[in-house]
Amino acid sequence: MKKTISALMLGTAIAVAAGTGAFAQDKTIKIGNLTDMSGLYADVGGAGSTLAAQMALEDSGLTAKGWKIEVISADHQNKPDVGTTIARQWADVEKVDVIVDVLNSGVALAVKNVVTEKNIIMINSGAASSALTDAQCSPNVIHWVYDTYMLANSTGTALVKAGGDSWFFLTADYAFGAALEKDTTAAVTNAGGKILGSVKHPLNSSDFSSFLLQAQASKAKIVGLANAGGDTTNSIKQAAEFGIVKGGQKLAGLLMFVSDVHSLGLNIAQGLNFTETFYWDLNDGTREFSKRFADKMKNNAKPTMVQAGVYSGLLHYFKALEAMGGNPHDGAKVVTKMKDLKTDDKLFGPGEIQITGRKITPAYLFEVKSPAESKGPWDYYKLVGTTPADKAFRPLAESTCPLVKK
Amino acid sequence: MQALYAQLLVGLINGSFYALLSLGLAVIFGMLNIINFAHGALYMMGAFAAYFLLYYLGINYWYALILAPLIVGGIGIILERSMLQWLTGLDHLYGLLLTFGLALIIQGLFQNYFGSSGLPYAIPSILQGGVNLGFMYLPIYRGWVVVFSLIVCLLTWYLIERTRLGANLRAATENPTLVRAFGINVPRMITLTYGLGVGLAALAGVLSAPINQVRPLMGADLIIVVFAVVVIGGMGSIMGSIVTGFTLGVIEGLTKYFYPEASNTVVFVLMVLVLLVKPTGLTGKAA
Repeated sequence: MKKTISALMLGTAIAVAAGTGAFAQDKTIKIGNLTDMSGLYADVGGAGSTLAAQMALEDSGLTAKGWKIEVISADHQNKPDVGTTIARQWADVEKVDVIVDVLNSGVALAVKNVVTEKNIIMINSGAASSALTDAQCSPNVIHWVYDTYMLANSTGTALVKAGGDSWFFLTADYAFGAALEKDTTAAVTNAGGKILGSVKHPLNSSDFSSFLLQAQASKAKIVGLANAGGDTTNSIKQAAEFGIVKGGQKLAGLLMFVSDVHSLGLNIAQGLNFTETFYWDLNDGTREFSKRFADKMKNNAKPTMVQAGVYSGLLHYFKALEAMGGNPHDGAKVVTKMKDLKTDDKLFGPGEIQITGRKITPAYLFEVKSPAESKGPWDYYKLVGTTPADKAFRPLAESTCPLVKK
Repeated sequence: MQALYAQLLVGLINGSFYALLSLGLAVIFGMLNIINFAHGALYMMGAFAAYFLLYYLGINYWYALILAPLIVGGIGIILERSMLQWLTGLDHLYGLLLTFGLALIIQGLFQNYFGSSGLPYAIPSILQGGVNLGFMYLPIYRGWVVVFSLIVCLLTWYLIERTRLGANLRAATENPTLVRAFGINVPRMITLTYGLGVGLAALAGVLSAPINQVRPLMGADLIIVVFAVVVIGGMGSIMGSIVTGFTLGVIEGLTKYFYPEASNTVVFVLMVLVLLVKPTGLTGKAA
């Protein structure tokens, strides 16, 4: 009897040991989409980002290979404290491995500290602040689609070259607006332009007339909109009303999404220049993805670059995990692997992730079509210029990120 | 100096929205004793009604100016009959919580169906363009908003303070039992008053549709400021809320010029000051 018991115990011990061995080859992944579900940026990320994550999961084919992947999502309400609380709970209780989207720079910079502390991963495709991969970079963060440096560099330089050499800024009064204004100022001055002034407006303003009057009085050739979402669309709509464009000044949307153009309508948006790294109608790959995406979306909306970034970033994450043969649940380790592998997918084409965590990709300067040029719903952009990936983002030599060895 | 004139005028334009909205709130609070937190959502529904009328039925702005307040006012009447009337005589807090909940539900539903970025609504062709006043370029539409809302505000004030109907209404809030004894249907009058207040909110919504994007959260952004206006003007005071609405618009406009970062707090700073010095508001009478 005693023998049987000890044999049983030995057997259990072996089974447990074997179980631990299998743990290294753990094939479970939990993804958290932390985004604005109900506020002014909900159309940019929101439920569309959850859909993009689901599509990445399906397209990766990992489930068929025995992986168990789960996607959850939450609303950070554009509040850094709410965002960090959710991120902490996800890391501690839900055992989330990777947090995606995280639009709003204020929230993203706060959540960055949590993912670093808890050694999980943030693949950020929503926030704009270039600080995420510069002074505030982290071994646990990858910044996917765009940043303020790239936007400023592409749009700012192109417009100065086209003759727009004096600027006035309308800036959203928080981390993102300040970063965008700072980076654009640098790009404009480098290209030989000058800044005549700027005015800071509260986030989520409904009336821009006071600010627009100040921009008008400055006589600057370009009125740069260092804001996003509803703030940008309302500025553009009201600028039309105050005759800013008719008076000879030009508007530059420093950060615009296809959802903004859609909500403005081409009558008002036509002629605007801005930069994105993704547009649904770029090539066959983007068209195929966007069609599948739109079919599942409410109102058949095409994906924004943030949503496309969630898809693309997760595909690369899955690729890294597959190459590692299992999920080590060690954020920094997986991020290192992701940086080692070249990125390649149908949406953003071949690319790479720099040591800072910055994923580089070509930047496209678009112009909004006139109603006559547009052939149908969502046919909004024409491509007017491309900055190659290695020129579009902050050069490593200028980086203040501690991860860059100098 | 020229820029200052321009900011004053712009402030007056915003003030007209504050005045229209706070007037509706004041009417509802004064007559029904309900703190109507759904006001912002109803304002938003006014703008959406204008959008639906134009894009689905081809009915233009001018008809929407009449129809949208009627439609949304009708919805208000249904809300009053089905829910708010049961709160008569209870603490203010119940009405506040109910209407606040309603506002969240309505905004959530609209957000779910129409997204957060909003829908386009063009300025009617006859009001497009602008005139150069020397010190600023005034869009004709904005000028129209100021004049029109001023007229509506004054008409409402006249209706309530100077007509027999208004007198009955005020009497009914003072002593419903006695007024009922005169053969006046008090509950019906209360319902219609709520409809009127809601209609005013919807009217402000239609007026703002061509200026702002028609967005589900457009009212949520505005309602807090409007409440501050009502508190400063004195709860329930009709003229008080009209005057305070315009005045605060101007003060806010000036802040946007001198120190833009404070432009969304200045109203609340004033509210705190007024509450400290005169808790009943500038024109309110002691309860």
